[in-house]
Amino acid sequence: MNASSHPINLEMVARRLRFQLIRMSHAARTPHLGSALSCVDILVAAYWNVLRLDAQHPDDPSRDRFILSKGHAATALYATLAARGFFPEAWLETFAQHRAPLAEQPAPRCAPGVELATGSLGHGLPVGVGMALAARIQQLAFRVFVCLSDGECNEGTVWESAMFAPAQKLESLCVVIDYNKWQATGRSDEIMALPSLREKWAAFGWSAVEVDGHDLAELTRVLGAVPDGSGRPVAVIANTIKGKGISFMEDDNNWHYRIPKYAEVEAARQELGLS
Amino acid sequence: MRNAFAQQLTELAERDPRVVVLSGDIGNRLFDDLKARCPNRFFNCGVAEANMIGMAAGLALSGLRPVCYTIAPFITYRCLEQIRVDVCYHQAPVVIAGTGAGLAYASLGATHHSCEEMGMLRLLPGLAVVAPADAAEVRGALRAALRSPQPVYLRLGKKGEPVIHKTDPDFEIGKAITLREGTDICLLSAGTMLPVAIQAADLLEAQGHSTSVISFHTLKPLDEATLASAFSRCRLVVTLEEHSVLGGLGGSVAEWLADHPHPAKRLLRCGTADEFLHETANQQQAREYFGLTASRLLERIQAVLPSSTVQ
Repeated sequence: MNASSHPINLEMVARRLRFQLIRMSHAARTPHLGSALSCVDILVAAYWNVLRLDAQHPDDPSRDRFILSKGHAATALYATLAARGFFPEAWLETFAQHRAPLAEQPAPRCAPGVELATGSLGHGLPVGVGMALAARIQQLAFRVFVCLSDGECNEGTVWESAMFAPAQKLESLCVVIDYNKWQATGRSDEIMALPSLREKWAAFGWSAVEVDGHDLAELTRVLGAVPDGSGRPVAVIANTIKGKGISFMEDDNNWHYRIPKYAEVEAARQELGLS
Repeated sequence: MRNAFAQQLTELAERDPRVVVLSGDIGNRLFDDLKARCPNRFFNCGVAEANMIGMAAGLALSGLRPVCYTIAPFITYRCLEQIRVDVCYHQAPVVIAGTGAGLAYASLGATHHSCEEMGMLRLLPGLAVVAPADAAEVRGALRAALRSPQPVYLRLGKKGEPVIHKTDPDFEIGKAITLREGTDICLLSAGTMLPVAIQAADLLEAQGHSTSVISFHTLKPLDEATLASAFSRCRLVVTLEEHSVLGGLGGSVAEWLADHPHPAKRLLRCGTADEFLHETANQQQAREYFGLTASRLLERIQAVLPSSTVQ
């Protein structure tokens, strides 16, 4: 699969997903919409162009793993998995309802394709390192992709893993940081000294690259290149915009918690060019 | 105890290709044999316990059987949330082995004591909490833990503990081992307090008290049948542990007793007090500080027995 041969289709996929997330947030009255919108293109590039997955065999031991460590963006993962056929799209309609399969943040084995219960930050990468190590021990060729938020890089566990994975030359492991420059209550570059994330990951021994996190072709190229031949795990610093795709949500951190009203859902629909 | 653990682990790892050993930069030379026999399945994870536990969950969720090993306080307190979320919430079959538990490293100070960790871990849904008494129980506990589909915490001492069991007992998680049957007093011992329990039982027997000694190695799941039998038979049940009287074996039994009242029966909890040990002390001195010696136990037991029955 190659994104560049279908750029228009995947861009439309991303638009539809964005609208789906907005609808889900509105219907279930759940927050974290800005965080979900910022990682949509990462998920589209990964799930449509990169990951070796079969929705009919979601537990295949040799499948690539994708962990959405920033579990608060779960709507983006759910909508992606549904669109890729892992479970019926109707499940999205009951999102966060009492006893529905899809909770506000993913529970263990809540739905086919969900690899890990996340929501507490800083857990996805250590578990992903374990999975990458398992691939080596079991002599399986699968790759492990872990999507972190920039705020999540405040957690010490991220840096424990960051030191361990290169020591083991876990080249089938890839971290993607959704670097939208905001965390819950402030600028991520100001609350902690994050910059330069690329230099930090490089200094820790990763093959670190910085990309436009909304450029599907670029994301496809760097994610698709894992393992990249360097013998090192790969860190992709994806520069993103929180609330991406909706003008009145972009880079406005109120949308970390705000829930869209009906009129805002409709305005978003128009902006996304969806009928 | 720790050598028995390493030897048994090496044998199991050699037999079962799913076994992976993660160490938190501890056990210098202890795993040399294992490293030689299973070179691709031993990892020194550095002084990064939270990452180690998360990795173990990832290994377990991929079909492997990880065994994590480092000093008890660091593999429990430091990474409690990883144990809770990555391991327990996912029911990932990880074995978490904490060495030098309780007061084993008393001389290193309270940073290295773990007298609260069983109480903490016992609260986590789906985690078995096991404190073997000697090398023989350690071997059995490790075999049982790796057979279990659930995560298990193994509480280990250090080395040189007296061996109580002449042969390896049938070890089942959640099934206490009775060493001595008595009808008056029942001593329930968790972990390495068992030799003290036996000494105390000898002293009690010498005074005419028929005394049971039970290695109550599993705090969770609780062996309720053994508790029911102990409280039916004996008028005094004593818990012994190198652990706070809050939340550990004593706490577990007290909770059970609240739900299963036995009128006219008495529970005495002997463990460490609800405090940090601030004085410089080796393990034996620390036990003395907390009254965890046979003679001190005898005094405490005599103090709670109705005077008319003391012979």
